[in-house]
Amino acid sequence: MKRCLQAPIAACALALLSSAALAQNLTVAVFPKLDEAVKLALPVWQQRHPDIPVRLVTLGYADHHNRLATQLAGSTGAPDVVGIESTYLGRFKAAGVLENLAMTPYHANRLEAQFVHYAYTQATARNGAVYALPADVGPGTLFYRKDLFDKAGINEADLTGSWASLLDAGRKLKARSGLYLLANAHDMKNLYLRAAAEEGEGLYFDQAGRPLVESPRFVRAFELARTVRREGLDAKISPWTNEWAAMLRSGKIAAVGSGSWFAGQLSSWVAPDTAGKWRAAQLPAHRFAAWGGSFYAIPKRAANKALAWEFIQLLTTDPKTQLATMRAPALQALPALVTALRDPYVDTPMPFFGGQPARQLWRHAALATPASPLDRNDPVAEELVNAALDAVLFKDKDIRAALRDARTQIEQRIRR
Amino acid sequence: MTPRRLSPHGVAPYLFLAPFLLLFILFVAVPFAGSLWLAFRHGDAATGLAGLDYVGWHNFRFAGSDPLFWHSLGNTLMLTVMAGVPQHLLALGLSWAIYTRLGRASGWAGFVCMLPYVTSAIAIALVFMTLLSTEYGLINRWLALVGLGPVDWLHDELWVKVSIAALVCWRYAGWNTVLYLTALQALPASLLDAAAIDGATGWRRYWYVVLPQLRPMIVLASTLTLIGGCQLFDESFILAPDGGTSQSALTTSAYLYRLAFVNGDLGGATAMAWLLLVSTVTLIVAYQLLWGRGLWRRMA
Repeated sequence: MKRCLQAPIAACALALLSSAALAQNLTVAVFPKLDEAVKLALPVWQQRHPDIPVRLVTLGYADHHNRLATQLAGSTGAPDVVGIESTYLGRFKAAGVLENLAMTPYHANRLEAQFVHYAYTQATARNGAVYALPADVGPGTLFYRKDLFDKAGINEADLTGSWASLLDAGRKLKARSGLYLLANAHDMKNLYLRAAAEEGEGLYFDQAGRPLVESPRFVRAFELARTVRREGLDAKISPWTNEWAAMLRSGKIAAVGSGSWFAGQLSSWVAPDTAGKWRAAQLPAHRFAAWGGSFYAIPKRAANKALAWEFIQLLTTDPKTQLATMRAPALQALPALVTALRDPYVDTPMPFFGGQPARQLWRHAALATPASPLDRNDPVAEELVNAALDAVLFKDKDIRAALRDARTQIEQRIRR
Repeated sequence: MTPRRLSPHGVAPYLFLAPFLLLFILFVAVPFAGSLWLAFRHGDAATGLAGLDYVGWHNFRFAGSDPLFWHSLGNTLMLTVMAGVPQHLLALGLSWAIYTRLGRASGWAGFVCMLPYVTSAIAIALVFMTLLSTEYGLINRWLALVGLGPVDWLHDELWVKVSIAALVCWRYAGWNTVLYLTALQALPASLLDAAAIDGATGWRRYWYVVLPQLRPMIVLASTLTLIGGCQLFDESFILAPDGGTSQSALTTSAYLYRLAFVNGDLGGATAMAWLLLVSTVTLIVAYQLLWGRGLWRRMA
């Protein structure tokens, strides 16, 4: 009788064990678009680890990061690999929920030279800890409608020579064609704030976490925005609304300051019918700015850290994977890996930009962009600075008084 | 000594109660207790429970001194009034018109009235956003035909409030119409007949006979509007996702969401949520005292 049972029991045990082995998988949590990048790496991963499938969890941009906020601190259920957008990275770095990749066995600091300087620095802390590896970068770019500026007799040098020349170009455009230079005066403020940040200077805070909002950079940014509004150079509409997209499509707004990633949005859904009419230019006054980017990190509570590290390296340090994300039409992600940026594909003309090899420009910008550290309180400061600018634009409040009030409110919020 | 029995029916009543109790504990009592616990703690949610330190009443003091919280509370109250008053005036008029004019078709009219209420708030808000677009919106096109505008419906501090109030009003006027219609249908026909015999017709009959009879429903419906108004989120979040110019459309619920999920301040957001709850309950009690008993009688 016992012998009769031995075989089925052994078979059951084997089946259970193999199902347990099969159950081991690598969970990767990302937001839309970045999931496409992960999918591009899957064939290579499956060749290397046919027995370890990747479970891809994709949630909307804000939902993904909100979920991570509670998930990473929980005792169970943390993904093995998480994608984090630069806006949120400061908060997760400060929360201490990410693995320090500078430590054994990762030694990610050895990889520093392989990445775009500003992106790698954003993933690090002052104590040398490395909390993520950059996947793609978004150097600041001035996108403009060449056909509209040509008609108004304005060339690219006029547009980007200096901040004053940008305003002059807007005035000429308005006078000659009745078009708007920018969608909103806030765009001018954002453009200047990012472009004028020096190496080591955060967008809103210094490295010790003190708010910088009363610095000359903010005063100048507010002055420029006020000029744009007073002279009617902006359409007074909110970005990322239907109206905004419609005005970009119809050519009522002639320029947009954004990260290089905006090229993908522009050509896919914002204004695909305007192909050939847009050009990409460096930011005014020969400045460069960090404007978004994606990172991969390993949560401290991840179950498969070794595999996660291998997967992250595949995603970020493998030139083929990085190039694939740049070539994918749905992605057009600019690699954070320097060797991928030096690939001849970067020099190819881009039909949407009238044959301009815009990626060359982005490569130059990415490599020249100063590192601007991310602070966990950046979203708080952004919200209050925007409210301060509204007070200047709509209630004619004195700029320095508005910034002083913003600083007080920021301090009140962050010193709790 | 005989053992005490729980009830003459054994455990059966408790088994019948169990599903409700279980759901109540899981989805009401535990979150309620959790939010009370959180209201006295501070720290980034991303650091986990261990990172949330006990801070006593600090979160409530912060809420009290945060100008944006008070600003959002003011916006919420203003939007509640701006959307609520016209909503009920419209619903009272519509329900009376349906009751007196449509007869048997009033059931269908009620169904039509409910459509905005059951339609997705997001879909409605997106349609409104397109209608209210400054440059391309239909409303501004119509205004232009009579030589008015353009009005910056979604960016001007006052007009964005009007836009949100109009959207809320459009969405809930039908629901209130159905409530009033139900109350009208429950009125004894003899009452209206007697009023007619006594010579009360038209407006006088409505004001002196019908309206007082509708009082319980008016108080109930407007209380529901008050509660809904204090929790206003969807409509303002879609029409003014960043809170609007100078945060003029930022409701308290939207501010709590931002504070908790964008800024990671769960403690502060929860304390404000409790203050919002207290404010709402106070308002309702005051409202009931004012309209439910005293003032109405004096007016009548």
